[in-house]
Amino acid sequence: MSCMTYIAGDSVIHRLDPRVKILVTICFTFSTALSNNFIVLGSLFIVALILAFWAHLPVRLVIKRLLRLNLFMLLLWFVLPFTTPGAAVFYLHSWALSEAGIWLSLAITVKGNTIVLFYTTLLGTVELSVLGHALAQLKIPAKLTHLFLFTIRYVDVFHHEYERLSRALKTRCFQPGFNSHTYRTYGYLVALLLTRSLDRAERVLAAMKCRGYQGKFYILTRFAMRSSDLLFGVVSGFIFFILIWIEIS
Amino acid sequence: MHISEGILGGPVLLTGAVLSMSGIVYGLYKLDHDQVPKVAIVSAALFVASLIHIPLGPANVHLILNGIAGLLLGWTVFPAYLVVLVLHAMLFQFGGLTVLGVNTFNLALPAVLCYYFFKPLVRRTERKSVLFGAGVVIGFFSIGLSIFCLGLSLYSTGPEFLGVAGIIAFSHLPVMVVEGAITGSVIVFLHQVRPDILG
Repeated sequence: MSCMTYIAGDSVIHRLDPRVKILVTICFTFSTALSNNFIVLGSLFIVALILAFWAHLPVRLVIKRLLRLNLFMLLLWFVLPFTTPGAAVFYLHSWALSEAGIWLSLAITVKGNTIVLFYTTLLGTVELSVLGHALAQLKIPAKLTHLFLFTIRYVDVFHHEYERLSRALKTRCFQPGFNSHTYRTYGYLVALLLTRSLDRAERVLAAMKCRGYQGKFYILTRFAMRSSDLLFGVVSGFIFFILIWIEIS
Repeated sequence: MHISEGILGGPVLLTGAVLSMSGIVYGLYKLDHDQVPKVAIVSAALFVASLIHIPLGPANVHLILNGIAGLLLGWTVFPAYLVVLVLHAMLFQFGGLTVLGVNTFNLALPAVLCYYFFKPLVRRTERKSVLFGAGVVIGFFSIGLSIFCLGLSLYSTGPEFLGVAGIIAFSHLPVMVVEGAITGSVIVFLHQVRPDILG
């Protein structure tokens, strides 16, 4: 977990311009979330699958990530068919499963998986720091991209700090349990992380001021659109507009 | 506590996005350039703290800590949570990209309210028991309101989601208790060790 975290690889998808990937992700994820047409949803799911295969994503990793989402979807499958009004298709004792509810659960499951596949494939294959640089070039407010870049940098640092503090607790024979001592200890642990973060923030700011920081980062990553990026963008745009047309008509 | 991808309808997503955007714009306006590292580093620490699993009976829960985040960051909690939720989506598939607006609002609004309601009290009082009590109330209030907003987002998508919203709300009741206890100890500790942070 650090600013370098991403799904490494050397596929066509990995080599695409991050800016194009961000824009395509936004188009595809939002059209998936807003669509109510099963033909459109199915096509988007197939597009997402093709992209995932094309990116040579490790299958086990993708399954692990989708599993987490689908555990929640399972809850929806248990509840929505009973709570959605509509014609009943099946009775479980006195509980009616409605057809509309089953379709709704199916739509949500397909949508959720498609969207997660899209951003895992397109954004997960970009280093988080490069993603920050690409966002900066897409005219996202500078303060927001700085916040993003700083946060991904220090998440790693504080994860180490947290591990250090947990080791210190373990060497003192701390055993978490369901008692007030545990809660007090964890509270102090969180507070210690916070005080250390504020101290570190002061040192970081002083060091940056010393180097002439005036609220601007110079992004050194150069992005260049190549013909393959253009082709990917145009083909994605074409698919996007066809699906919108199907959705509307 | 995130709403996953694919559930909410267009109008709810749009409302969440617009509301969050207003909060983010105001937060960025309030955020001085010199404060950027501080806000980012505190949100990184909060992000890590939210990964800690706290035992609760036979199960365990993970912290959310938006009350404390609100006390420390004020309005800048809006952009801070946007960044944190992007990371949650990218690294763990909690929440997601299209629901960023709704999720940011559901967590950041209670945080900002905590800042206005409880900061004056925490700043003024010296008694440990009052500080702990304030922490418990902050934990209860921030999580409670977040769950309420989450339920409201689900319910506005369609009345058939009421059952799901109920289950989620009910399963978060123990989280409120844990969050209250932890927030209480955090505030007591900060008051004893570094009173300037809460000042």
